[in-house]
Amino acid sequence: MTANARPAPAGPLRQAIPGAHAEPQGGRSMATIVLYVLLFLGLVLMIGPFLWMVLGSFKPEAEFLQLPPTWLPENPTLGNYERLVERLDFPRYFFNSALIATVVTVANLVFGPMLGYALAKLRFRGKGLLMALVLSTLMLPAAATLVPVFILMSRLELVNTYPGLILPFLALPFGVFLTRQFFLGTPDELLEAARIDGASEFRIFFQIAMPLAAPVLATLGILTFLGSWNGFIYPLIMATSPEMYTLPVALATFATGQFQAFHGMLMAGSVILVVPVLIVFILLQRWITEGIATTGLKG
Amino acid sequence: MAQGSDTVRPAAPGTGPAGRVAPRAGGSSPASRRLREELIGWTFALPFLLVFLIFMAGPIIASAVLSFTDFGLRDLRNPLGTDFIGFDNYVALASDPKFQAALFNTAYFVIIGVPLTLAVGLGAAMALDRGIRRFRTLFRVGYYLPVVTSIVAIAVVWRFLLNPDQGLLNMLLATVGINGPNWLGDPTLAMPSIIAMAAWRNLGFAMIVFLAGLQTIPAQLYEAASIDGAGRWQMFRSVTLPLLRPTVLFLVVITTIGYLQLFEEPFVMTDGGPLDRTLSISMYMFQQGFEFFNQGYAAAIAWILFILVAIVAVVQFRLLRSEA
Repeated sequence: MTANARPAPAGPLRQAIPGAHAEPQGGRSMATIVLYVLLFLGLVLMIGPFLWMVLGSFKPEAEFLQLPPTWLPENPTLGNYERLVERLDFPRYFFNSALIATVVTVANLVFGPMLGYALAKLRFRGKGLLMALVLSTLMLPAAATLVPVFILMSRLELVNTYPGLILPFLALPFGVFLTRQFFLGTPDELLEAARIDGASEFRIFFQIAMPLAAPVLATLGILTFLGSWNGFIYPLIMATSPEMYTLPVALATFATGQFQAFHGMLMAGSVILVVPVLIVFILLQRWITEGIATTGLKG
Repeated sequence: MAQGSDTVRPAAPGTGPAGRVAPRAGGSSPASRRLREELIGWTFALPFLLVFLIFMAGPIIASAVLSFTDFGLRDLRNPLGTDFIGFDNYVALASDPKFQAALFNTAYFVIIGVPLTLAVGLGAAMALDRGIRRFRTLFRVGYYLPVVTSIVAIAVVWRFLLNPDQGLLNMLLATVGINGPNWLGDPTLAMPSIIAMAAWRNLGFAMIVFLAGLQTIPAQLYEAASIDGAGRWQMFRSVTLPLLRPTVLFLVVITTIGYLQLFEEPFVMTDGGPLDRTLSISMYMFQQGFEFFNQGYAAAIAWILFILVAIVAVVQFRLLRSEA
């Protein structure tokens, strides 16, 4: 029921409106120009730090101590990246992050829709309870479960292992919620026709429902990957030795430890963590912003 | 809640059109078919249920139990050696100046940060919705960029940006003759700096959700209001805001819940300092549980955080229901 009250307009609502929702009033009035100027200034503020980060990652360390500081690198160098690879083990951290995020994403792309589909389309007792569980854990703060999960993992000797880093994230409530919203709108005739043909519920789910859900699965996949890739507090406690660090843990550890004054290296590390995500986002931004707008939730 | 399926398969066997009646699968008696449906439903639920029980519900309960113990590092090997100490952890928290600081700082961050983030996000959304025609996608994508990026990376970059000597911000201020302060080193400026960064990072999210909300407001309402001679401010107050109420409410709740968990920013930028002015609840929980290994004490802090988040979520639920 909360789901119904979500603010976001679902597809049909939006489609009903465009005719009515006419283009903005603004012609070339002064106010419109001011608005453009403000928005562009805002854009500079939003993108500026990223540009500064990328440029900084190519500066030799001495250039950061120069006064006045430089904007463009005067003597561009790849030294910072070389050091990340040779002195630290950034390829390994990148691999850890990518592996964990991939496994978590694939698992959520199966387990999320499974329950989402069941909640929307199957009839069984306890469904209301399950839905309540999903909704109540949607906003569960990570920090609230950290201590017992750590104790559990250490009893199971899974601290500092891939399973320890992955297991708690295999079936997140977000995927259930998002796909249930989608499957509520799937016409029953399609599923019913398959049932009459004698298809099992599992076949119907995998061969009919899942392909229909492709757009929402794209959104879910991207958001889950981002959430895992950027996740911090959990791998921070669970990866206790450097070879298991994820990129954010490695970056934060070096930024607060022995390398805290190494501007160039830390900026290069940030680039490695951020730039792949930015590229993916810019290429796939439609799936992300649409998904967020239609669910009103982030991953 | 189950409105989906209730409306979806209304037909009792025998009443509906031909296709609805007794699917061939399962065949036999209605009772066994019913059992099969239950089984299938719960099989689909199994993965989530396992993760839920082992990693969410179980730990939340365990957290409550732990918070009444003096569980520490030695108990990791031998959990049975733990002693129950009643409410001692909570009593100690009540008079722990660091915890009070953490509560105060987190409240400060939420109370200033949430309205700031939402106000800027709403401003941007309104500009994109009705103010301009061109470059909309550019602004939408540009303003959203920080939302998808790692807070750790952003915090690292902003720590350098705000550096008093070599930071970009003070360098720019210097060009107009202002001697910029030590943003993160000054006890009164550290939290406002972190708030500004958080608003910068999250306003894109608020903007996208507001945009979706704004697009449901029919243009006729604005036209009618302007025929009635309403000015911009009046239109905003009597058309936009009331119709955006559910959106605002939703964003207040989700942003508040997110901001209550403040962690990465102080962890990377200030280590909770200066003078504990940026120590947050999550950070103090982390320090107690994973730096000092007072895990019973940390569990008590975690439970307080959990209760705070739950209160916000319940309030949202109530408000949304009263709306419907």
